[in-house]
Amino acid sequence: MSDTPLFQLTDLSFAYRNSPVLKNIHLQLNRGKFYGVIGGNGSGKSTLLELLIGTLKPSTGTIKYQNKHLITYSRKDLATKLALVPQHFSMDFEYRVKDVVLMGRHPHIPRFSSPSSHDNKTVEDAMKTMDILRFQDRPVVALSGGELQRVVMARALAQETEVLILDEATSNLDIQHTIAIMRVMRKRVKENGLTVIAAIHDLNLAAAFCDDCLVLKDGHIFANDTVNNIFTTDLLQAVFTVDASVKQNRETGSPQIQFSYQ
Amino acid sequence: MTGSKPLFFIGLLFIILCAAIIAATGMGFLKITPLEVIDILLSQLPGHMTSTINPTFPFVVMEVRLPRILTSALVGGGLAVAGAVFQAILLNPLADPYTLGISSGAAFGASLVIILTILGITIPTWFSIPIFAFIGAMATLIGVFSLASTDNRLSSNTLILSGVIIAAILSAGIGFIKYLADEQVSIIIFWLMGSFVGRTWGDVLTTSVIVFPGLLFTLYFARDLNVMALGERTASTLGVDSGRVKKMLLVCASLITAICVSVSGIIGFIGLIIPHLMRMILGPDNRVLLPACFLGGATLLLCADTITRAWLPSEIPIGVLTSLIGGPFFCYIFRKKQLALNS
Repeated sequence: MSDTPLFQLTDLSFAYRNSPVLKNIHLQLNRGKFYGVIGGNGSGKSTLLELLIGTLKPSTGTIKYQNKHLITYSRKDLATKLALVPQHFSMDFEYRVKDVVLMGRHPHIPRFSSPSSHDNKTVEDAMKTMDILRFQDRPVVALSGGELQRVVMARALAQETEVLILDEATSNLDIQHTIAIMRVMRKRVKENGLTVIAAIHDLNLAAAFCDDCLVLKDGHIFANDTVNNIFTTDLLQAVFTVDASVKQNRETGSPQIQFSYQ
Repeated sequence: MTGSKPLFFIGLLFIILCAAIIAATGMGFLKITPLEVIDILLSQLPGHMTSTINPTFPFVVMEVRLPRILTSALVGGGLAVAGAVFQAILLNPLADPYTLGISSGAAFGASLVIILTILGITIPTWFSIPIFAFIGAMATLIGVFSLASTDNRLSSNTLILSGVIIAAILSAGIGFIKYLADEQVSIIIFWLMGSFVGRTWGDVLTTSVIVFPGLLFTLYFARDLNVMALGERTASTLGVDSGRVKKMLLVCASLITAICVSVSGIIGFIGLIIPHLMRMILGPDNRVLLPACFLGGATLLLCADTITRAWLPSEIPIGVLTSLIGGPFFCYIFRKKQLALNS
């Protein structure tokens, strides 16, 4: 079981109309790991994540999920396995916070059925984890960007999937909630065998919490390795063209980057 | 919305609708009391004898007023449901069959039947008018979307602007066709401004054959519609085939619009006002909202039609009345939306 890769991408390319975004991607992602996806703006991070969750179809090449082609899964089936926290999220209708989190249970609740006690408990737990219980009855339209992002995270947690795909899910959050959420993810990866694939802009955050990082540059995978091998002065210079020194955090052993601003 | 509150509210709306039907049936040139109306209705059942004194009352109720009243209720309910569906699918609070131009498209399609008659092709109008109205509605839907699709985000304003432009062209087209057919101005006004004058049990039947199954169909997808409020892509990751649901419901709402227009002409804004009011009271959950919209829309249009029929000294087209109420309402929502965007 643990030998089968979760995702297997073979010679994958993707183009929007005629402009190529991802080129010749070969990639294997395994269960129970915290993957970071890093790279500059427009390097294809979001596109890669959307391909993994199946909302975009590859132009060429294949994606297999647990040895079966991703396209052969039904949407409903996939929704019980993979959850996405999108980068942008807005809602025009005045659904309450807990209604939105309950929507995460949609694939689990049969049509015309009411939520079971398990559904309600999962929703409650997800809201507690994301620290949004306080405003569970408020309409989502009245929330700040960071609060909304936590609601969307809670919705994805309530989906109870084995894979969580995060597209810069902490970009609007204050440092307190960012660290809290990353800790929760880290813990679930370690204890529950969850797999997290997260596009992260904050490199120190990626370095502190991820096991492995995929580095995208101009639609190619520039590097794919453990964080300790990824975060080097040379790579940061090559991918982001920034000068930085990398040290090891004495407590955790994970790399810590210090940028040179001058 | 959880618990029994929404069910209670829907029950209440149903009772109000029934009361409105009975009260409206009694209003008009001949005053008939609600009790007499109920008596006449009961006398239609086998084994009941009417006790009314005036022998013309049953005819007035059964053959003149009730068909018109029920048609207006069905059209009002249908338009409100269609509006709620358009708003939920397009995530656009300003969408309704009228502002999207679908109503005008249906009316234009229906007007084309006249050209068929001029060409000597005769198809029974109870059949040809709804079919042509539906084709007109679908063609307009496609036209409005392709006009608006130059804006990648398919923003609210672009869509509504496209709808209004196409509706204006089509309305002129309807006038022109009617003019070619040498029809009187009053008949042209019927299509452009709507009317329930002279509706028959046949109209009640054709409308209910589409509106009720349409309502059930949209209710079947009510929860998917809720999830689609998260956006099409997110809904997909939650197991909703949003592309397919979207297409099916757009066709369904257009079909409902087409049948409503083919029996009553263009009646604007019902599909805008009612879903908004109901959402304010009940929240956005479509499982509750859709039936509430049907009942609320039915009651509103029925009452509006009764006002023009029984209260005003001379009958004004019903569409004029709904636009007089609905137009300012549209401005209010538009302004509220713009303010919300800018804050």
